[in-house]
Amino acid sequence: MPRKLRSIPGAAAALALGALAVTLSLIPAPAAAEQSVEKAIEQYRQDLQGGNPAELWEARGEDIWNTPRGPKHVSFKSCDLGLGPGVVKGAYAELPRYFPDAGRVLDLESRLVWCMVNQQGFTHAEATKITFGKGAHKRSDLEALAAYVVAQSDGVKMNVSLADPHVRDMYAVGEKMFFYRAGTHDFACATCHGSDGKRIRLQDLPNLTKKADAQKAYTTWPAYRVSQGEVRTFQWRLHDCLRQQRFPDLIYGSDASIALTTYLAARANGAAYAGPGMKR
Amino acid sequence: MPDPMKIRANLVGDSTEVKVLMSHEMDTGLAKDSSGKIIPAWFIQTVTVLHNDKRVLYAQWGTAVSKNPFMSFRFKGGAKGDKVTITWVDNHNETRTDSAIVG
Repeated sequence: MPRKLRSIPGAAAALALGALAVTLSLIPAPAAAEQSVEKAIEQYRQDLQGGNPAELWEARGEDIWNTPRGPKHVSFKSCDLGLGPGVVKGAYAELPRYFPDAGRVLDLESRLVWCMVNQQGFTHAEATKITFGKGAHKRSDLEALAAYVVAQSDGVKMNVSLADPHVRDMYAVGEKMFFYRAGTHDFACATCHGSDGKRIRLQDLPNLTKKADAQKAYTTWPAYRVSQGEVRTFQWRLHDCLRQQRFPDLIYGSDASIALTTYLAARANGAAYAGPGMKR
Repeated sequence: MPDPMKIRANLVGDSTEVKVLMSHEMDTGLAKDSSGKIIPAWFIQTVTVLHNDKRVLYAQWGTAVSKNPFMSFRFKGGAKGDKVTITWVDNHNETRTDSAIVG
């Protein structure tokens, strides 16, 4: 909905202008403008506290979680996210992890798909038919479930264990991918996320090689994207990053996606999870 | 059946503060889909809020209101345990009513 979106940067700019007049004599203009835009956006986020539409996804996700579904008529209450069947509280803060029953390291989304396939009896194609929703007629159960699950880890400290050798391997692969330059534009994740002050258009990009930035970035995904009117998961985040690098489509729940997630999640260890977040 | 609203109602001083999230597409009728066809307008037209049985807010909305709208307002009075009931009606005549207890 491009029309209503314009009002957000517009409002931010108007606010920024006011702040600019005050600070002009002290700080060079561009720096002041940048800072006040950031402040204005922060203010906008604060005004919307308690108004994160991700809560609507959480409610829908909770319904889906508790409802018996699929050919086997089984609910997610038998789905083990790592802390026991049906245990949701705090589970996201320890993902990805190695699941012996799956024989793989899985992140949240791929674990949900695993439960849908192996416990509820869906085919993999059915389970991943709509990974990224679009509007009322194409809603993604996975996005709703993710919103519900991650919300139960709000305030829990990120604690991805690298004790298991499988997870350590994934971390190492993820780290390599992060710095690996490839594709038509010779891009790596680190090209945009490896130093301070980088941005795409007006969006500041976190420097993920710095602990604080890495923590803040990871702990605020999944998030409600105002510009899309949808909750987006970490799989979506990576998918869209790789798209912008002109890489081939990142396959949902692939080892590549889980390796990158493992690397980034473990780098956020120690910070309190604070999602689902809200992004522009 | 539309998705439920998420309603919070809390006493703040001598007023009741109500915060509500509604689940709605709020299509403006100006956007086009991927095949270039106009997506018809589909939006909430009226919002009514009752405090117990007394109407405290009535709003007429248009297409300028965002998708999944968030509305926050206060009304004078109210006590813990009172009921706040919110109803919206959209231009397809679909409607949804939810309520919350003032805390």
